[in-house]
Amino acid sequence: MFEFSHLSIPPAPALFAQLLVGLINGAFYAMLSLGLAVIFGLLNIINFAHGAQYMLGAFCAWFLLNALGLGYWPALVLAPLIVGLVGIAIERLLLRHIYRLDPLYGLLLTFGLALIIEGVFRQQYGSSGQPYAIPPELRGGRNLGFMFLPNYRAWVIFASLAVCLATWFTIERTRLGAYLRAATENPVLVQAFGINVPRMITLTYGAGVALAALAGVMAAPIYQVSPLMGSNIIIVVFAVVVIGGMGSILGAIVSGFALGLVEGLTKVFYPEASNTVIFIIMALVLLVKPAGLFGQAR
Amino acid sequence: MRFAIATIAAAVLALAVPAVAEISGDVVKLGVLNDMSSLYADISGPGSVEAARMAIADFGGVVNGKKIELISADHQNKPDVGSAIANQWFDNDGVDAIVDVPTSSVALAVQQIARTKGKVFLISGAASSDLTGKACSPTSVHWTYDTVALANGTGSAVVKAGGDTWFFLTADYAFGHALERDTAKVVEANGGKVLGKVRAPLNTSDFSSFLLQAQASKAKIIGLANAGGDTINSIKQAGEFGVVEGGQKLAGLLVFITDIHSLGLPAAHGLQLTEAFYWDQNDQTRAWSKRFFDKMKRQPSMVQAGVYGAVTHYLSAIKATGSDDGLTVVKQMKDTPVNDFMTKNGKIREDGRLVRDMYLFEVKAPSESKGAWDYYKQIAVIPGEEAFKLPGPNECPLVKG
Amino acid sequence: MMQDVRWVWIGAAVLLALALAAPWYVYPVVVMEALCFALFACAFNLLIGYVGLLSFGHAAFFGSAAYITAHAVKVWGLPPELGILAGVAVAAILGTVFGWLAIRRQGIYFAMVTLALAQMVYFVALQVPFTHGEDGIQAVPRGRLFSVIDLDDTLAMYYFVLAVFLLGFALIVRTINSPFGQVIKAIRENEPRALSLGYHADHYKLVVFILSAALSGLAGSVKSLVFQLATLTDVEWTMSGWVVLMTLVGGLGTVLGPVVGAFFLVAMQHYLAQLGSWVTVVQGIIFVFCVLVFRRGIVGVIATYAVSRRATQAEGPPAVGGAAARGAP
Repeated sequence: MFEFSHLSIPPAPALFAQLLVGLINGAFYAMLSLGLAVIFGLLNIINFAHGAQYMLGAFCAWFLLNALGLGYWPALVLAPLIVGLVGIAIERLLLRHIYRLDPLYGLLLTFGLALIIEGVFRQQYGSSGQPYAIPPELRGGRNLGFMFLPNYRAWVIFASLAVCLATWFTIERTRLGAYLRAATENPVLVQAFGINVPRMITLTYGAGVALAALAGVMAAPIYQVSPLMGSNIIIVVFAVVVIGGMGSILGAIVSGFALGLVEGLTKVFYPEASNTVIFIIMALVLLVKPAGLFGQAR
Repeated sequence: MRFAIATIAAAVLALAVPAVAEISGDVVKLGVLNDMSSLYADISGPGSVEAARMAIADFGGVVNGKKIELISADHQNKPDVGSAIANQWFDNDGVDAIVDVPTSSVALAVQQIARTKGKVFLISGAASSDLTGKACSPTSVHWTYDTVALANGTGSAVVKAGGDTWFFLTADYAFGHALERDTAKVVEANGGKVLGKVRAPLNTSDFSSFLLQAQASKAKIIGLANAGGDTINSIKQAGEFGVVEGGQKLAGLLVFITDIHSLGLPAAHGLQLTEAFYWDQNDQTRAWSKRFFDKMKRQPSMVQAGVYGAVTHYLSAIKATGSDDGLTVVKQMKDTPVNDFMTKNGKIREDGRLVRDMYLFEVKAPSESKGAWDYYKQIAVIPGEEAFKLPGPNECPLVKG
Repeated sequence: MMQDVRWVWIGAAVLLALALAAPWYVYPVVVMEALCFALFACAFNLLIGYVGLLSFGHAAFFGSAAYITAHAVKVWGLPPELGILAGVAVAAILGTVFGWLAIRRQGIYFAMVTLALAQMVYFVALQVPFTHGEDGIQAVPRGRLFSVIDLDDTLAMYYFVLAVFLLGFALIVRTINSPFGQVIKAIRENEPRALSLGYHADHYKLVVFILSAALSGLAGSVKSLVFQLATLTDVEWTMSGWVVLMTLVGGLGTVLGPVVGAFFLVAMQHYLAQLGSWVTVVQGIIFVFCVLVFRRGIVGVIATYAVSRRATQAEGPPAVGGAAARGAP
């Protein structure tokens, strides 16, 4: 019934390889959940459309390549900008009206948005997915002895770490970040100081969406660029954010990496459960410390 | 008062549920039921509807004085949606035959319904050999391919070419398990060995961990017992991790030309796979495929070509017997050999299985390809009897040995 | 007042007549499907509308009961009434466990816990052999009800489903309008005050949760007999989302809202089935529309309209039903 096919511990080099691969996936989860954590932490909105926006980033990169001949590196900058603008439009037109309501309505609204975006793309592109190649500079890999590490994967770890640290720094250590955090706690007072709070909120949502799109561009060369890519990953990202603490940037980063590791280990010992282990942890965390590992109770 | 108004409003809305449609009697009605919007939309989807339309048009649009009609619907790869549509079509809409149905779980459900109601089921998209095995039905014909043929094709050909140690990367659902099991049997029967296997959850996006395990096993062949997005992702990532450069080969157990189109030749070249049809095989296939391409702007998959063949054979059987009763027509189909652009001298077995030649293809290198859709070179022909030979006794109750 | 009660009886009688005559003008299987989902949505609404807890994992109860009933009837050969009982029992047990774990949390955390628990149920359903993975349990026999009524006859099956729905619905209405229901509403309006009055709020919430789970299980069990199938779709998280949508569209916290929402969405799904992916887009648009503009749902809007008309006609106090019509804030 429940097959424990690999209960014997593999040799150390193989285990290192799996841990490294898990870490790479964790870097990815961290970057993806960062945007979600920013949006919930600062705007109190549960952005269920995050997966669809990630997919938009990947499709944007594909489109830039096929229609305008712009490769991976320009796409890394352009796609988040374009999708970020879409995010700003969404905030302006739709989200603005529901801030005063229970955050659950935000969840339902963004869930509806995700359905719309995904449905339109599925109608247009089917679900087979479009090819997108790894940029030539990052092809190939090096033999580390215990495994062959593709260059692109190494790039993913470093880029994710850089993005995560930059975001954390911006929010926790700069003046802009301080304004943002203050505006969340007491928008009226901050507005009274002359800071344009609604504009900051709009830009913050746009930034969170841009982060999702960035993750999408990075995913395009290794995962399938398909309209379904968002819905496959959205619940996992949610679990990561919930475990880390729904408002905490640091929490999202740390739990993203940690969960990548845990998932990697599960793939060795009980691969069939690798999709579900995250939910088990999420349930445990919610029952023991609902604010998450790093979060503050709201 | 408020309650009353609400209840009346509710009642009015309840009437929005669709009313009984007219039951047609003097029409031969075909229903193409497949995936129009998701995983298998490209191999079947609207393309299959077009293929059926072409078949009806080529037949003349009329059989024995009765008009031929065509409807279609999307089963979304869900057995409940599929069986709801099948029930409604048979009970309400006067459908005489359901065609296509990729996704074996839906096909099994629909076959059950068709059998109970004595209606015809022409299967093109689904792969499970159970459809002509323990779940077989006297009103069904399994037209294009099945897991036995895929296993016999790719499995034995690859082993004979020297790939005698295997590691399976399997999608963790009933279909993946079945594919793995059938292929493993063929591999072992041909003198090969299965060194290990790993089961990945369905719709996994990242296969790196599983590919590492496959590399560690040092098997010569990594068998991909999965389909759709999982296959594409695993092939793509195998390229990244240098699996082929490391000396191992990939064997795709269920791969369609649309998957190759999505992957691109650089990622897919060298892959060996078994299919029942390729648009560029000979003049006849090219001629038919050109007609299809002009309408659909993509080359046909074997599933879509199979739909054309199945519908044509079905209509011919109705013409020959003068009846549209399920059992009679299918019996006539079994008594008549199949000859069209796709199948030469095919014969439908007692259990409903069409026995036809299958082909082993290898994906071309980018330098060998002259353009879009020019992806395959044919390596071998697997004669029907060999391709569809069952590994054990036939489990179909219709075939009492 | 007397006029009101008469209207209610007339309205109910009209509906009942329509329901009894339905098989002659509408394809019965579709109506049965709508009735099952209506029961499911009503059960879900108990939790969100009257306790204020949004559960994102109700598919676990619906689907597990469906599987248990399908298995009991097909493999163990139980008659349909015992099969349904088995399904409901399992759903209730699951509801007790989930409820006990989840009730400690509120709002979004409650939703996430229920989602996580439901995903675990999905995983178990995928792995356990008796469910046959994505093939599901097929060809479930309907059997003979009480060894007398042959449920393979569509008409008999239809009236059985209708009877089950009416019983479930009556149970829900009775619960809401009972002293127990009053306590629940008090807890929703002002929990600290209810606690100070000596009511164990958590116990009450747990009882409602279990009731909601059991009735969802009832809906799932009956559905598996109607379609003679139990599949993974029944335990997927998208099914949980589906029931949220039905309740939202119909009107959260209203008595008839979920029924209307269920009928509306089942009808829509059938009409739009030809459109493929556009169905998803339309569902999304409905979600967005409902959240932005239509939060009270169909029934809520109609009821508020009726209330405001009566308020302008007579001088009496504004309708008491205002609170329930308002729905969740």
